[in-house]
Amino acid sequence: MKQKISALLFGTALAFCASAAVAQDKNIKIGVLTDNSGLYSDLGGVGSTLAAQMAIEDSGLAAKGWKIDLISADHQNKPDIATTIARQWIDVEKVDILMDVLNSGVGLAVNNVVKEKNSIMINTGAATSDLTNAQCTPNTIHWVYDTYMLANSTGQALVKAGGDTWYFLTADYAFGAALERDTTAVIVKSGGKVLGSVKHPLNSSDFSSFLLQAQASKAKIVGLANAGGDTTNSIKQASEFGIVAGGQKLAGLLLFVTDVHSLGLKVAQGLNFTETFYWDLNDGTRAFSKRFSDRMKNKAQPSMVQAGVYSGLIHYFKTLEAMGGNVHDGAKVVAKMKELPTDDPLFGKGSIRVDGRKLHPAYLFEVKKPEESKGPWDYYKLIGTTPADQAFRPLSESACPLVKK
Amino acid sequence: MQALYAQLLVGLINGSFYALLSLGLAVIFGMLNIINFAHGALYMMGAFCAYFLLNLTGLGYWPALIIAPIVVGIFGMILERTMLQWLAGLDHLYGLLLTFGIALIVQGVFQNYFGSSGLPYAIPDELKGGMNLGFMFLPIYRGWVVVFSLVVCLATWYLIEKTRLGAYLRAATENPTLVRAFGINVPRMITLTYGLGVGLAALAGVLSAPINQVRPLMGADLIIVVFAVVVIGGMGSIMGSIITGFALGVIEGLTKYFYPEASNTVVFVLMVLVLLVKPTGLTGRAA
Amino acid sequence: MSALTDDTLPASPRAVRDEMIVFVIMAALLVIVPWTGIYPFFVMQALCFALLACAFNLLIGYGGLLSFGHAMFLGTAGYLTAHALKVWGLSPELGILFGTAGAAALGVITGYVSIRRQGIYFSMITLALSQLLFFVYLQTPFTHGEDGIQGIPQGYLFGIFNLAKPTTLYYVVLIGFLGGFLVIYRTINSPFGEVLKAIRENEPRAISLGYKTDQYKLLAFILSGTLAGFAGSLKVFVAQNASLTDVHWTMSGEVVLMTLVGGLGTVFGPVVGAFVIIAMQQYLAGFGQWVTVIQGVIFVTCVLTFRRGLIGEIAHFFRRSL
Repeated sequence: MKQKISALLFGTALAFCASAAVAQDKNIKIGVLTDNSGLYSDLGGVGSTLAAQMAIEDSGLAAKGWKIDLISADHQNKPDIATTIARQWIDVEKVDILMDVLNSGVGLAVNNVVKEKNSIMINTGAATSDLTNAQCTPNTIHWVYDTYMLANSTGQALVKAGGDTWYFLTADYAFGAALERDTTAVIVKSGGKVLGSVKHPLNSSDFSSFLLQAQASKAKIVGLANAGGDTTNSIKQASEFGIVAGGQKLAGLLLFVTDVHSLGLKVAQGLNFTETFYWDLNDGTRAFSKRFSDRMKNKAQPSMVQAGVYSGLIHYFKTLEAMGGNVHDGAKVVAKMKELPTDDPLFGKGSIRVDGRKLHPAYLFEVKKPEESKGPWDYYKLIGTTPADQAFRPLSESACPLVKK
Repeated sequence: MQALYAQLLVGLINGSFYALLSLGLAVIFGMLNIINFAHGALYMMGAFCAYFLLNLTGLGYWPALIIAPIVVGIFGMILERTMLQWLAGLDHLYGLLLTFGIALIVQGVFQNYFGSSGLPYAIPDELKGGMNLGFMFLPIYRGWVVVFSLVVCLATWYLIEKTRLGAYLRAATENPTLVRAFGINVPRMITLTYGLGVGLAALAGVLSAPINQVRPLMGADLIIVVFAVVVIGGMGSIMGSIITGFALGVIEGLTKYFYPEASNTVVFVLMVLVLLVKPTGLTGRAA
Repeated sequence: MSALTDDTLPASPRAVRDEMIVFVIMAALLVIVPWTGIYPFFVMQALCFALLACAFNLLIGYGGLLSFGHAMFLGTAGYLTAHALKVWGLSPELGILFGTAGAAALGVITGYVSIRRQGIYFSMITLALSQLLFFVYLQTPFTHGEDGIQGIPQGYLFGIFNLAKPTTLYYVVLIGFLGGFLVIYRTINSPFGEVLKAIRENEPRAISLGYKTDQYKLLAFILSGTLAGFAGSLKVFVAQNASLTDVHWTMSGEVVLMTLVGGLGTVFGPVVGAFVIIAMQQYLAGFGQWVTVIQGVIFVTCVLTFRRGLIGEIAHFFRRSL
């Protein structure tokens, strides 16, 4: 009898402990894994950590008894370092969710670790659309943009606006080729024509000869299928060679507000490209960005990568709250996140698709002329919007194993 | 055929950057026996210097052409006084490693303060616009770069090979003890030489600021190419590096016409070939 | 040219005894790592780089040849192993063999080209060759450009050992490292190694004594490249990816840094150096933006104040060979 009672007591105690662990564990640990010191540090970097911090503050979870920790690290754009940090975070530090993880090579590498360890990654920085295509996992959500969307939105909108002949300047590696291929498909589908393309080596300092060829092609649009320093240098030199002044239009296929800021309006004016977030889009984005830039050392406005970190975390917090606690089970949480609709002031209402793709509208912008700009960071004119359901790769074309056909 | 002419001309423009940078490297190697891996970082500093002059003091492009090389040159001389001079007589390797470290520090610090995407710098008003040469559109600024760097290169060559000061310098590297015995302050000359080489890098930086984005990492990858130029030309040979610099620009231009993907790599192919045939480079003295 | 390693003592019985003792201590420390709570993936990665640095040290410390392109071996073997495992589905041992053999073949070709030049020219040729290879790997489809080869299956070594288990993987990597280390140790203490040192000290004299120095140097180069490739193959199992960073020239620079910090031409220096640098990259990652600056400062301090490296200075202080 005595034994029975103690067993019973023990049993209830166990059950109580277990239910406490499952339903009422209110600890969350967030890891922001980004490039703090390299090429992309303006895009993510300390700004991403700040965005995460703001999301934690705005969620109001602390007042409800949640304990949220935030750590961040510099992956130095090296997949090796990134995977080791990610593993250690998940195994030792018990990190629940990895944010940012920009750079495609790094993003894909961490993608595998996160799946293996059943953790969560909300990727807001990597461009590769493979994250939700062939290499999709039940643990990863790709939040902000991808190459397919950029090509699709920019290509479609520009052809519609009369830019029906194109010439590409393509960075000579897989990423550039993918951008060119996807954009070409969209252009042809929309009734435009690609007159030619020239491949340039990665990290070129001089683009004049490629620009001369683009100029000679007489295409209406010169598409820049490159990234980072290659893009900014080619834009700067295009202005020098009078490409835009000569009546041709430049379309950047992967460009961020930080790039425009560093180029200056004089050089960047007239440039077309797609982003999914701009600080001056509406009252919600303006309010957030004001608070963000006040806390940045250099008073920068948030990039879409940083905005994505905020927006992604807000949705993550909402989901955990709806689940009543943190179950520390990546796939389960992600599944729930896909069920719930997303809504935040930065990206508006949206949803997450079964393949992990976050859906929201894509905006085609044109960079203002210097005389149109009212002050620092006032750079864009909105010239077209692609609705959320048309912006991204349709599920029917997806190679993601999670998509049932 | 027209496109080919255009590529050749464009190649010449790039060549002038290579020539200026490799000239500085060659001067430093020839006189100090140091492989200056910090050259790319100092080139970047030159461009940043121009930016600051414009935005903090309002001094435009023309004063920057003179002030930036002096400022960066002084920085270089401080480096030489405080660090590099202790390496005299040691293996080349140590100079290379030390300057590599310096490059990392300088680039890292700039990155911290000015971000990675860079800062804008406009073409000076006097050199805006371009002219139509029939076979291509030539921005006036590019034409200016070629002429100016050619003049600077030749002036440097003249200074070192034809003047009395240059003669002292060359003598000091051959036999420092003897030159000292003649009452010449050799360490000071070496410091000045390093300053000169560094100043040339900064000058190239100012020249490129209106063309390339002023970024902390703008010199990081360029430095490898410029090294190759110096090696092809013959380490330490002044004329060799000038000629090779321009020639390489042209060859790169041709490659861009025939096989653009390889244009960043052709220099290394050339370097291997040259070294296999003529180990000391095209004009190098025997090691 | 003043020697890079100014005071290597001749291999005396005492020196050999000292080195064996240190080796046993090192091996013992490494064996107990999984029970210490140190994160094993960090140690595994450091071991791979330690082997790479040791292979590099064989050339510079004992052959006097500074290779500025050792990343090409690391990366080549990594890509080949990754491809063999992922696409062809080869077993781990065959994958490692394939990768290492590839690096050896690369060593033969590049060695043949570069070994004929000395000093700074040798460094520049190796750099040029590795840049060429970088271009090749950027272009060829099987490497997937900047995305790299991802999600590489770890599989069962010899069909028995499950490499997906961290502890098993750790010991496999450890055995690989110790094996490679002993090969290098054996090499530098063999007659072949003595000739290498002689060439480093005074090549013309070695020639006049009748040694075909080019052949010795070529052999050392191939051996070094092969072992560097072996390290690259092992690393594939740890990182489960192969990417362009491993063939970039900055990686070659890092190897030089590791060896310099530990001590050029010392037996254990590269191992210590690799651990220091890898630990820095991992643990300084949280410091935000200062990683490259700190690396640079270490470079500068090393060159200016303790040129013999950590182990080199200790060995010099105690007049021991380590």
